[in-house]
Amino acid sequence: MAPKTLFEKIWETHIVHEKRHEPSLLYIDLHLVHEVTSPQAFEGLRHSGRKVRAPHRTFATQDHNVPTTDRSKPITDPDSKLQVETLRRNCAEFNVKLYDLGSRDQGIIHVIGPQLGLTQPGMTIVCGDSHTATHGAFAALAFGIGTSEVEHVLATQCLWEERPQTFEIRIDGKLGAGISAKDLILGIIGRIKTDGATGHVIEYRGSAIEALSMEERMTVCNMSIEAGARAGMVAADKTTVDYLRGRRYVPTGKDFDQLAERWLQCRSDEGAKFDRSVVYDGPSFAPQVTWGTNPAMVTDVGGRVPNPAEIGDNQQRDTVERALAYMALRPGTKIEDIKIDRVFIGSCTNSRISDLKAAAEVVKGRHVAGTVHAMVVPGSQEVKLEAETLGLDKIFLEAGFEWRESGCSMCLAMNPDVLLPGERCASTSNRNFEGRQGKGGRTHLVSPAMAAAAAIAGHFVDVREFATR
Amino acid sequence: MQAFKNFTGTVAPLDRANVDTDQIIPKQFLKAVVRTGLGKGLFFDWRRNPDGSDNKDFVINKPRYQGASILVARTNFGCGSSREHAVWALEDHGFRAVIAPQFADIFHNNSLKNGFLPITLKPDEVEHIFRATGDYESYRLTIDLEEQTVSDDFGWTAHFEIEPFQKKCLLEGLDDIALTLAHDEKIVAYEKAHPLPHRFE
Repeated sequence: MAPKTLFEKIWETHIVHEKRHEPSLLYIDLHLVHEVTSPQAFEGLRHSGRKVRAPHRTFATQDHNVPTTDRSKPITDPDSKLQVETLRRNCAEFNVKLYDLGSRDQGIIHVIGPQLGLTQPGMTIVCGDSHTATHGAFAALAFGIGTSEVEHVLATQCLWEERPQTFEIRIDGKLGAGISAKDLILGIIGRIKTDGATGHVIEYRGSAIEALSMEERMTVCNMSIEAGARAGMVAADKTTVDYLRGRRYVPTGKDFDQLAERWLQCRSDEGAKFDRSVVYDGPSFAPQVTWGTNPAMVTDVGGRVPNPAEIGDNQQRDTVERALAYMALRPGTKIEDIKIDRVFIGSCTNSRISDLKAAAEVVKGRHVAGTVHAMVVPGSQEVKLEAETLGLDKIFLEAGFEWRESGCSMCLAMNPDVLLPGERCASTSNRNFEGRQGKGGRTHLVSPAMAAAAAIAGHFVDVREFATR
Repeated sequence: MQAFKNFTGTVAPLDRANVDTDQIIPKQFLKAVVRTGLGKGLFFDWRRNPDGSDNKDFVINKPRYQGASILVARTNFGCGSSREHAVWALEDHGFRAVIAPQFADIFHNNSLKNGFLPITLKPDEVEHIFRATGDYESYRLTIDLEEQTVSDDFGWTAHFEIEPFQKKCLLEGLDDIALTLAHDEKIVAYEKAHPLPHRFE
């Protein structure tokens, strides 16, 4: 048999129906649901008298719209409150398991899926959210869908999908000391650009990827969409199996051993062919800071904001000029000279325990700069509790950070956590689009350690030097 | 879904690349629990000045583009968030098709599910349309899905590709879910052969 890629293995074992010149009907193993992209889907089911076909494969939580302040108080925004309650009602009516606001298991959907052990190798996973690619870290085929498709999956547990192309991104060697998974993925996006992987499923491979922890792999896969990819994935290995052992939805004993055997097959065969391939050297990545209004507008922390006058292509020059005008940055400004007003540590990209540990390590014994307002928003209640057990909350609070409840928070600013017009933020989230964190707000994407160092210094600094100061 | 009918409409040029769905419809409009009335949120931040007044320079605010039903934009249109609200907002405003050199995958999918046509043309063809919207006060295009063509009143025509299955769904206004449930026996068989290997229940 011809060697197969990981993507091909998962795709082929999930085809329910296929016909030449038509999309394939794929079976969906796990459907994750949140309050923002699901109300119209449940309404559609109700309207047509349909049920949720596989409630036992459907899990929900509220994350996008929830306040991160005192959970014992009611939600003050009536629209947010309505959405949160609508999900509650829909889950009760359609018999879907909800990790409700206020419960110990609530959190960002892409944080709690892996944490509960719902996300497993070889699965097809969808969610009405573009960052669903996060789950690809577990050698799953996971991708974001719109609300019509959410309704379709609720009703049929299947999706019509055109077969995407495959794209190997191999990172050889080792990442340098102090280089995080966030720096790696931002660096990759900077090189292949925001539409570099459109129509493709990326498999991240190579020794630098194999050396990453599960949480680091999640950070990398999470931002595949920012390169335009349908999904991103990493082969299953011992790291994957070790992470999953003992989690709530994972079997134990012999059943686990058998399942783990199967999971370890979730990798591309030797000699499997990808439609496209690129190879980068691990040591070539430095800490990254975005300067513009899309994630590919990024450079090394030691670099400078580009000068549009040096760009030959008219359209590209216009785009850069527009971005610099929005970001209120002068051409050629050194990244380290950019002063910030706010720091946000959180989001489905960087809100897990290892992210908080990395930030706390930088912050410990120091204090946030006088002009900076900084906050930490753990990805889930579980992460929050673990961090508190480790005393990380105290480190952050003593340094002048706010310590919040779990949710998407200022990644997309649907809740009260919003940048004011003109405010500049070092953010560990995934999008620096205009207005993403609040109308007129200016976002610079960075790793948790870089965000923490910027909070202390009041401007961007190279965390590799800062940590030893 | 409503069947897609061929139509002729005025073209509004949005001369930007990487138009993301956060720009098409900002987050505050995602709190809706219905899919109607979202046109008011379309390009909300670009359509208004910081003081809340209308930005008269923004393309869809200009008098000449009132009633436009075709939007033309640069590459990677609809990137970012999966929010289908972006398509609902474009439709609610009166657009029925977008032309660009490339679309982000999720936006492309969402469009087709709503009978809204994302038309991919070659960069030089898109450039031709941009130039024509500058040359003529009310530049119109006719979109013919059966023939897969975009043509103007002056004899210029471009061909676009669309998957035959998607074309059929659009032309006949097929209900995706009903289509899938026609394969119910196969879904049941798949489920029998692939039970959950773990304790989800």
